[in-house]
Amino acid sequence: MCAKPKTMMIDGMPVLIENEKNILEVIRKAGIDLPTFCYHSELSTYGACRMCVVENKWGDIEASCSSVPRDGMEIWTNTPKVRKYRKMILELLLSSHCRDCTTCNQNGTCKLQELARRYGVSHVRFENSKTVPEIDDSSASITRDMSKCILCGDCVRVCDEVMAVGAIDFAGRGSKMKVTPAFGEPISTTSCVGCGQCAAVCPTGAITIKNDVAAVWDALSDPNNEVVVQVAPAVRVGIGQMFGMKGGEDVMGKVVSALRRLGFNKVFDTITGADLTVLEETNEFLTRLENPEKLPLFTSCCPAWVKYAEEKHPELLAHLSTCRSPMQMFGAVLKEQYKNTGKKIISVAIMPCTAKKSEAKRAEFNDEQGPATDFVLTTQELGQMIKEAGIVFNELDPQVVDQPFGIGSGAGVIFGVTGGVTEAVIRRVSEDKSNAALRILEYKGVRGFEGIKETEVEVGETVIRIAVVSGLANAEKLIKEMQEGKRFYHFVEVMACPGGCVSGAGQPVGTLAMKKKRGEGLYQADKMSILKHSEENPTLAGLYSGVLKGKVHELLHRTYVDKRIK
Amino acid sequence: MNTVDFGVIDKILEQNDYSQAKTIAILQDIQEEYRYIPKESFQYVADKLGISCAKLYSVATFYENFSLEPKGKYVIKICDGTACHVRKSVPILEHFRKELGLSGTKHTSDDGLFTVETVSCLGACGLAPAIVVNDHVHPTMTVEKAQAIIDQLRGEENA
Repeated sequence: MCAKPKTMMIDGMPVLIENEKNILEVIRKAGIDLPTFCYHSELSTYGACRMCVVENKWGDIEASCSSVPRDGMEIWTNTPKVRKYRKMILELLLSSHCRDCTTCNQNGTCKLQELARRYGVSHVRFENSKTVPEIDDSSASITRDMSKCILCGDCVRVCDEVMAVGAIDFAGRGSKMKVTPAFGEPISTTSCVGCGQCAAVCPTGAITIKNDVAAVWDALSDPNNEVVVQVAPAVRVGIGQMFGMKGGEDVMGKVVSALRRLGFNKVFDTITGADLTVLEETNEFLTRLENPEKLPLFTSCCPAWVKYAEEKHPELLAHLSTCRSPMQMFGAVLKEQYKNTGKKIISVAIMPCTAKKSEAKRAEFNDEQGPATDFVLTTQELGQMIKEAGIVFNELDPQVVDQPFGIGSGAGVIFGVTGGVTEAVIRRVSEDKSNAALRILEYKGVRGFEGIKETEVEVGETVIRIAVVSGLANAEKLIKEMQEGKRFYHFVEVMACPGGCVSGAGQPVGTLAMKKKRGEGLYQADKMSILKHSEENPTLAGLYSGVLKGKVHELLHRTYVDKRIK
Repeated sequence: MNTVDFGVIDKILEQNDYSQAKTIAILQDIQEEYRYIPKESFQYVADKLGISCAKLYSVATFYENFSLEPKGKYVIKICDGTACHVRKSVPILEHFRKELGLSGTKHTSDDGLFTVETVSCLGACGLAPAIVVNDHVHPTMTVEKAQAIIDQLRGEENA
């Protein structure tokens, strides 16, 4: 027998209660966009910002994020009392907040600005007690300005709960409370991995992503430069959102057009680098398979994961693939390819990622031709440049990337979503290259947004056990269980951001549904690609017999060593 | 000058079962040992407890009772609760600060001998204004008595 469905009344409308953990989610399901600063469905409930307050039938005010829905409940979301409270909270927040919106990095995407406008805060009755800016720009990935912090704690919780990093936390109490690394030290000296998810959830300009647009404009306007650019897979399915598209659609053709219009001399696709990574990483894996003590092999494409392993698991560094990330492989190849053009080669990468900014600055990637990548721009920064240049993105005709690296495989495209690297490697090692084999692989458990996925494939006589994790907290859980002997794998793919690069902090801020759409967009792009296997990419043969001859190790690999002082 | 003996910290951690739930007790024990919580101990304790250094710092800075700065040999707590305040605790506080070269932000003298703090109530209102020097209560304080205490403690140091 079915249980009687539970309902509650919201603004006089009956609404079914399903499995929502709080009233807020029921209210949002009912089509009411209740404002919040500190509530994110994927984080624990904090109940600090009080923006989601509602009035119950007795006239009491309660925070809807912290109240469990009960059958027969009656609440109101838009009463004079609720409006007065909300406005007062906004005024109080603004009373101690910088109000120089036009010069703030977050201008236009600031939640505080948006809600102040939405609730008609045209005047703040309290004296402005804003403090002087306290800027920490020690990280190559993010900038913190604690004078713009509203203490919602989103950054603290995402860093701890999703990323298991815990680089920042609250310190002090009352009016002296702050979000800070221990002892107020610069963020670059902590275990921060540069994933930028704190900036993605920050409702104000307190944590923003380092902006390198000005430096790239300078590079583009210098006639002595040859500026080459590569575009990561996840960018093509993320950027459309900034131009009013639904999100998830592959607009690589328009991105290429836009980059040429912006003045980039040569435009390439990082999937060429990804194809190189697949070949190199597969070779490495097969070699390690012969020496079982060198297994499991952990992927090393994700720089936030590499930094995490360095900080928290130096014992695993020998198990990290020596393959450079696709960006750094391809950056090094491009510098080598064009070294004799008589111009200074500037290598730019458009990435969905903030940790890539830090990766580009690592000393290990300073080759004979200088850094493999000189500048990393996020998807958002590229969008900013397109807008600044006045390019009407939606009306651009699609174009294709330049030769000689004009070809990439579908296996390279799916690097941008969790499980993609693994699927590309499996395609490489499996003997059956048919379309039927590809379809079977789709359902072998590597796809999807679950935090920890497992699969098995046969290579010759051996059954290879594979794990795919995204979200560093999931990686931490997996590593712990592996070290306790509860799990065993030959190959482990780790991506720091939940869902992989499509969810990177350099992408336009999006909901989980939007991130999933981006992933589907990449699988769609894979379906549309002519080549499905990295080894079919004809460009690579040319590379191995050309610029890479005798330099494979130098340009495509590196070993991460424990740099901590013993 | 204060090198942390990790053996001591290990012992404290062991007595508290390396338990995250006993974080506060562990911090109290460390403070008992060093009269403050040395910065060098944070990362070590955080790693052993399996929490982040920032989280441990968060706990340590939340409670007024924890000090992250070395305290003087003599910790002088001047009560500024209502009873002591109306019976003129402020001139006593000011005298200590002036005499020892301290202020509202500088609590410990340069020679490392004295730390002057205010407390909200010692629960000794009948003895107001009261102060505590280390664990010894001094009742019905005056500026003259305050000077006598300083002279006496300095005398003991020089003896």
